[in-house]
Amino acid sequence: MTETMTGAEIVIRALADQGVAHIFGYPGGAVLPIYDALFQQNAIEHVLVRHEQGATHMAEGYARSTNKPGVVLVTSGPGATNAVTGLTDALMDSIPMVCITGQVPTHLIGSDAFQECDTVGITRPCTKHNYLVKDVNDLAQILHEAFFVATNGRPGPVVVDIPKDVQFATGRYVGPENVVHKSYHPKLKGDVDKIKAAVELLAGAKKPIFYTGGGVINSGPEATRLLREFAEVTGVPVTSTLMGLGCYPASGPQWLGMLGMHGTYEANNAMHDCDVMVCIGARFDDRITGRLDAFSPGSRKIHIDIDPSQINKNVKVEIGVIGDVANVLGDMLRVWRASGATLDASAMKEWWAEIDGWRARDCLFFRQSGETIKPQQAVKRLYELTKGPNTYITTEVGQHQMWAAQYYRFDEPNRWMTSGGLGTMGYGMPAAIGVQKAHPDALVIDIAGEASIQMCIQELSTAVQYNLPVKIFILNNEYMGMVRQWQQLLHGSRYSHSYSEALPDFVKLAEAYGASGLRCEKAGDLDATIRAMLDTPGPVVVDCIVDKTENVFPMIPSGRAHNEMLLGEAGEQRIDEAITDEGKMLV
Amino acid sequence: MRQPTGSAYFMDDQHPPLARHTLAILVDNEPGVLARVIGLFSGRGYNIDSLTVSEVSLETHLSRITIVTTGPAGVVDQIKTQLDRLVPVHSVVDLTLTGKSLERELMLIKVRGKGDQRAEALRLAEAFRARVIDATIESFIFEITGKPDKLDQFIVLMAPLGLVEVSRTGVAAIARGPEGMTG
Repeated sequence: MTETMTGAEIVIRALADQGVAHIFGYPGGAVLPIYDALFQQNAIEHVLVRHEQGATHMAEGYARSTNKPGVVLVTSGPGATNAVTGLTDALMDSIPMVCITGQVPTHLIGSDAFQECDTVGITRPCTKHNYLVKDVNDLAQILHEAFFVATNGRPGPVVVDIPKDVQFATGRYVGPENVVHKSYHPKLKGDVDKIKAAVELLAGAKKPIFYTGGGVINSGPEATRLLREFAEVTGVPVTSTLMGLGCYPASGPQWLGMLGMHGTYEANNAMHDCDVMVCIGARFDDRITGRLDAFSPGSRKIHIDIDPSQINKNVKVEIGVIGDVANVLGDMLRVWRASGATLDASAMKEWWAEIDGWRARDCLFFRQSGETIKPQQAVKRLYELTKGPNTYITTEVGQHQMWAAQYYRFDEPNRWMTSGGLGTMGYGMPAAIGVQKAHPDALVIDIAGEASIQMCIQELSTAVQYNLPVKIFILNNEYMGMVRQWQQLLHGSRYSHSYSEALPDFVKLAEAYGASGLRCEKAGDLDATIRAMLDTPGPVVVDCIVDKTENVFPMIPSGRAHNEMLLGEAGEQRIDEAITDEGKMLV
Repeated sequence: MRQPTGSAYFMDDQHPPLARHTLAILVDNEPGVLARVIGLFSGRGYNIDSLTVSEVSLETHLSRITIVTTGPAGVVDQIKTQLDRLVPVHSVVDLTLTGKSLERELMLIKVRGKGDQRAEALRLAEAFRARVIDATIESFIFEITGKPDKLDQFIVLMAPLGLVEVSRTGVAAIARGPEGMTG
């Protein structure tokens, strides 16, 4: 028996049947029928945001910390266009999200009606897929399809644009069990031949490395478990991209730290010198490879990815295995054990000796002296005082993000939420709110910069409204720090518009919102301030005043290779001479 | 300043050989599907030399898009996988790589002239097996089908004889042999 109900009721019912417990949204004219249906039920809890961009980042944080899709509900026109940044962010970082947008009534589409925009046109390149629903009888099917597309294969954002008349109209509801997708069938199992070839190539390696990324975390807890098992069985060193942090424990013996532009000396040198590279759920991004023609020149490469278009995109690989990480790693482990493969023990001993030599450079060394707080010290103390399986860290984008990635250490997946691909300032606080909604009892900290935090500061109001006790730890250097660093290194220290004049008093600002504010200006006060932050109930903003001109090191300068890193305190190069004119042209 | 080589941002500095490829794409005939395909080409900087699209199955509402593109082998491979991951795309075949495919294009071409020029245009049209589908005292419209280079050649010949305008459909292509392209 098919049930009939209004389009708005179909939306709520479909969300409930998809297991959605929380949605993040903002009402407006073109979604009022859905908000009305929302009012008359208790299955789904709605979080009212202050700006639609905030809703998308909350959904991202929610999704990243739970491996469930994040759901957003916004109105037409500006509601949809404000969501575009978060949609693009989710597309770049492969975050499953379903965004429902209201649209003007069908008969007004194309007439430049009030709050009309071409939502499917605007969001086509920044979503995995999108739909404009023209018939209420298609609505349920489309919504279930949207969840299928968002969460299967390489995850991503999906927009469902629903005109207001469709929300009012009455139509048939079908449940999620009856939905099969016509054309979208991502391949989950890796080819057996490719897996056997990959195992054979790895078994012959003398200097192997696992280069892991966000795909391991997207694949789920089983993928993380298998990666750790595979690493232990083989003894291969492991590095991760920014998005992959936590898939291998930072406390694990084979951990090399993050790789890439601000990765560790040992990770990048191991990438450069390895002879077999196994890329697992990562995509050879330019922040990872540096100079492409000098990227790991002596290695043969295996690439495991669920998205076939990533294989051979930036870097040619010998073996591309298309499939879900957990599936492929499970098969590789089975083949590895069945074939009795082992790595050459003496070669591995030499390889690890070489890696230990790089480790001995202590590339993350910094000197905390005097009362001026080094930002690295702030993150380090924050880590020591807050670490644990129930702690979740989000960040904004910039220097503080890199210091967080370098000095906060993650032993578990899904504990680290950051905007990697798009690099969206303003991501961190709303993401933290989303995480806190999913994990009410967890400690959720947004490590922020004073510039980034102002891009979505209004969401502090959301945190206060729902009493979500997120902690916002601002590393305040009064500069757009990463911009300032690049201007120092690449543009002759001409600090064009990177100084944040007229900063607000963040303590008073927090109080104005009804949150608590703390300030820390001396290194000696760091621990006490962090403890006070933890002891203060509700949302807390910490304004931590740090060294204004500290730079992020190590750094692979633009246009350089992995083995041409700049090391700050740990190195002795002249920084101002390190970047060639050619390198200055790159972003 | 010389552009640096080997960076992800300046991959064009290498000059791998370019090749022309014909791709056949089966898609759901739904609103926006063509915009998705074209947007992928413009968004990622790929070339479209020719594009043809029409529904090919009334029951299943499948459309077939034929795109002729030019690029290095790696880029064409990227185009294929990027197309394949679009949700409404059922399958993509590189007819140039699978070999032995047939390509045809239809062209309507208007030529204006009098006297000898007019007679010459008609004679050449016969040689190219072009049909006259409209005629006035001072003009012809020819309909001609064939491989794209045959049509190119016909245009070259008509140019001095009073070529007015050209309308081409773009390439339709299909693989030889008994096997079909499956959705």
